[in-house]
Amino acid sequence: MSSVDITSKTMDGMGPHGTKVGLLRVLGPAHVWALGVGIVLVGEYMGWNFAVGKGGAYAALIACWFAGILYSCVAMIDSEVTSTVASAGGQYTQAKHIIGPLMAFNVGLYLVFAYTMLEAANAITAGYLFYVVAQMTGHAGDLDQRPFIILVIMFLAWLNYRGVLATLTFNLVITAIAFVAILVLFLSTSGILGTGIMDHAALFEGHELPYGWIGVLAAMHFGLWYYLGIEGTTQAAEEVRSPARALPFGTLAGIMTLLIAATLTWYICSGVLPWEFLGDGVNGSVAPLFDTARLSGSTALVWLLGFGTLFATLASANGCINDASRAWFAMGRDKYLPGWFGAVHPKYRTPYRAIVFLVPIALIFALGAPLDQVITFSILSGLLGYTFMPLNIILFRRKWPLETIKRGYEHPFHPIPAITLLTLCAVTFFAVFLGYGTQLVAMIGFYIVVSLWFHFWRYRFVNRGAQFTMPWPKPRGY
Amino acid sequence: MAHYQPPAQGKASQLLDVIVLVILTVGALFVPLWLGMAGAAKSVATPVANPTWETLGQNEAQSAKYEALGYTPETAHDLILARFDYSFSITALLAMIAVILLYYFLILRFSEVEYREVISEKFGE
Repeated sequence: MSSVDITSKTMDGMGPHGTKVGLLRVLGPAHVWALGVGIVLVGEYMGWNFAVGKGGAYAALIACWFAGILYSCVAMIDSEVTSTVASAGGQYTQAKHIIGPLMAFNVGLYLVFAYTMLEAANAITAGYLFYVVAQMTGHAGDLDQRPFIILVIMFLAWLNYRGVLATLTFNLVITAIAFVAILVLFLSTSGILGTGIMDHAALFEGHELPYGWIGVLAAMHFGLWYYLGIEGTTQAAEEVRSPARALPFGTLAGIMTLLIAATLTWYICSGVLPWEFLGDGVNGSVAPLFDTARLSGSTALVWLLGFGTLFATLASANGCINDASRAWFAMGRDKYLPGWFGAVHPKYRTPYRAIVFLVPIALIFALGAPLDQVITFSILSGLLGYTFMPLNIILFRRKWPLETIKRGYEHPFHPIPAITLLTLCAVTFFAVFLGYGTQLVAMIGFYIVVSLWFHFWRYRFVNRGAQFTMPWPKPRGY
Repeated sequence: MAHYQPPAQGKASQLLDVIVLVILTVGALFVPLWLGMAGAAKSVATPVANPTWETLGQNEAQSAKYEALGYTPETAHDLILARFDYSFSITALLAMIAVILLYYFLILRFSEVEYREVISEKFGE
């Protein structure tokens, strides 16, 4: 075994670049779980149901499970690599050390855009929720949702600005409530407690696979939404007390929680709502769990799921601001972006400039684009990031075999998870192509242009050797 | 390898870099939207005149749910009958695959060149 032990607690420090003020190490495994699940759980409250629209209820269930396999591979791979990379930026920092600067720059942008778009989608949903509550409580006329969208983003950015411990403790509480709300709805509508209202057989009759098997493939596009963002746990690497233990534990516990929540959500909603209504997240069911509660006839369930939806959107937006700002901050600190963004607040010890800068970006998308487009933009960025991960773990194992760096977690069956992940990513690219091919090409065109901009212009401002901040031995083959 | 000393970047140049990134980002989402090429719109291939739950293909349980949600056959018509069109051309599919492969080839190739510089400077030749 090598003498290099990145998992050592004595190596926990401030900024890896020798900065005098670093991010604060105050988080434990529960906060990591809350960060991961908090970002994602909103995917059960809204957005996943577009998968029903793409292929029908059964297609959405198949997509749910295959996307679950995809994300289990993501969680396993991420847990191994990140247990050795105790630095903000998550996959960005991994790419910087394992593949190279341009890949890292791209991965950093994937993270920022995936999370900022998800934050925008959350704010749109929160605005819609206020609209529905106003209608239900007798408000006459249309309620302008925009002030609520702005308020949500501004409030959560302020919370993030003030400190990470309060931010993620807030997430822990509201995420737990949102998860319990799904369990209560399941118990109440399935007949376990009281009279059940589910009728899967009758609701599916004649509409089992309305598009045939190509609909199942198409459903994979929005199947990702059940879990998108769980990889964000790695962004907390520089702020957890024990990265080698807390990150794998929090991430793997998170994906298990989400597999349960996603399957329960599909079961509840598809057994109560007709598939055409459920599958249309713009003109039909924007918030399916909430709509299911409305059909239950129970006022208590309506309020519980109303708060559950609101809490899930707030927790997700909160985690997204946290993660996007860490990735932006890390790129600024390395001069991949203007170094001004690499500052840490002297009192709150948060990446405050990155947090503030991303607020108007989120607002532009939340106020200016429809929900499905924003979700697709987020999914595409996430998908590009997942495609990077198999390459990342294969090169990691090749450059630093197991005996050269001690891992806090070693994922089993390598390279099967990497190959599985790459295959499922290819399937999902095809699914996106079926409906949103133009956006896919536009987005990759964007990444090609910014890659050329980075390689031929921006990279001149970057210190070469200083980017490599981990105390690892020289990679094999170099 | 000689130690590379990056040039200092002025404030105006930093600001310009940020503006370029923001414009490209906003453009990537909004240009397809403005050109009307973003996303898959559903359409009703065969509208039904004077729709009933039966002619919309809904059984008793399904129509009861729609009624509970506040729909009538008329208001649910488009919601129920609208479908995506999944037809595509092989040429478009091959073009998309080529764009994705080109993208990954480009970043992996340039990354490798940059990475060798990093390792060389960090660990010495």
